[in-house]
Amino acid sequence: MLDLYQAGTSPVHMLKPGWKILCLAAVGSALFAVDHIGFSTAMLAATLVLYRIAGLPLSRAWGQIRPAVWVFGLIFAAQVIFNSWIIGLYVLIRLAVLLMLAGLLTLTTRSSDMIDGINAGLGPLRRIGVNPERVSLAISLTLRFIPVLSHVVHDVREAQRARGLDRNILSLAIPAIIRTIRMADEVSDAIDARGS
Amino acid sequence: MTTKDTVYIALFAALTAALGLIPQITLATGVPITAQSMGIMLAGALLGAKRGGLAIVLFLALVAIGLPLLAGGRGGAGVFFGASGGFLLGFPIGAFVIGFLFDRHAGRPPFLLSLIYVLIGGVGVVYLLGVPWLAQVADLTLGQAFTGSIAFVPGDIIKAVLTVIIAREVRRALPDL
Repeated sequence: MLDLYQAGTSPVHMLKPGWKILCLAAVGSALFAVDHIGFSTAMLAATLVLYRIAGLPLSRAWGQIRPAVWVFGLIFAAQVIFNSWIIGLYVLIRLAVLLMLAGLLTLTTRSSDMIDGINAGLGPLRRIGVNPERVSLAISLTLRFIPVLSHVVHDVREAQRARGLDRNILSLAIPAIIRTIRMADEVSDAIDARGS
Repeated sequence: MTTKDTVYIALFAALTAALGLIPQITLATGVPITAQSMGIMLAGALLGAKRGGLAIVLFLALVAIGLPLLAGGRGGAGVFFGASGGFLLGFPIGAFVIGFLFDRHAGRPPFLLSLIYVLIGGVGVVYLLGVPWLAQVADLTLGQAFTGSIAFVPGDIIKAVLTVIIAREVRRALPDL
C-alpha cells in the first residue's frame, strides 16, 4: 500500500490515533498562542525526543522538513529583509516543530487505523445525517480508483507523446474522463445490485 | 445521497490524486505548475456544490491520514500546517463555490460565465484562504504574502480554461451527470 507508516511497538505507536491527533492540535495551537522563541525551541527538543522514543532516527525528522527547504529559505530571507534574523529563526523553528510532529503522527499510525479512528469519530455525527458506512465505502472506493486513474492519466500522456506533442491533449483527456465516469456508473450499479 | 453520488465523490477524489502524479511543468517565469488543482476545478464544475466539495474533502482526508497524494508525493498531516496549508483548506471550499455557481445554471453555464465561475472558486477562494495563512505562518504582511503567491496565478488561469473546455464536453456527452 502507498502508506508512510513505519512499523514499531513504541508508546508513540501504541497511543490511539484520536489522542495523537488531539495532541498535535493542542501543540499546534500552543505554538501560536505562546509567542516566545524559548517555548518553540523547547518544543523542538521535545519533538526530537519523541522521534527517539518512537525508535525513529533523527534523519526521519529531518526528512519531514527537507521537501519544504526552499520555502524555509524564502521565509527566512523575507524575515531578514523585513524584520530581523531572530524573528526569521523563530518562525522557522515553529514551522519545523509543526511539520515534524505531524510527520511523527503519520509515521507511527497505520492509514487503516486512522480510517477506523475517523469512522469511530463520525458515529456521533450520524444524527446530523453523516453515514459512517458511506464514508468507509467512499474511502475504500477512492483507494481502489487511484491506481485505475493513474493508469488512465499515464496512457493519455503516452498516447500524446506517441502522436507528437503538438497534438491537443484535450482530444485524449476528454474521452478518457467520459470513459471513467461510465465505469463509475457500472461500479455503482454493481454495488446497488449486491444490495449493500 | 445515492450510491452513485458516493461513487462519483470517490472517483473525483481519486482523479485529483492521479492528476498530482503528472510531473510538474515549469513555466517560462520559473514557477512550477501542477495539474492537481484541475481536479478541484473539475470536481466543482462537473459534480456540483455538495458532491464536488465532498470529493475534495475526501481527497484531503486521505492526504491527512498519511497517503502521499499531493503533487510531488507529499502527504501526512504536516502539509496542513506548512506554508501552503491555507491553500489546501481553500481547495474544498473552492470546489464547493464552483459547484454552487454551476448549479445555478443546471450545471451548464455559457463558456465565458463558466470561466468566471471557475476563476472565482478555483483561484479567488483558494487565494483568499491561502494568502492570509501564508502571512500568518511565515510572519509576513498580507501584501508580502500576496506578492509571493502571484507568480502562480498565470498557471491557474491556464488550468481554469482547460477545465471549462473539458467540463463542457463531458457535460455534452453525459447530460445527466
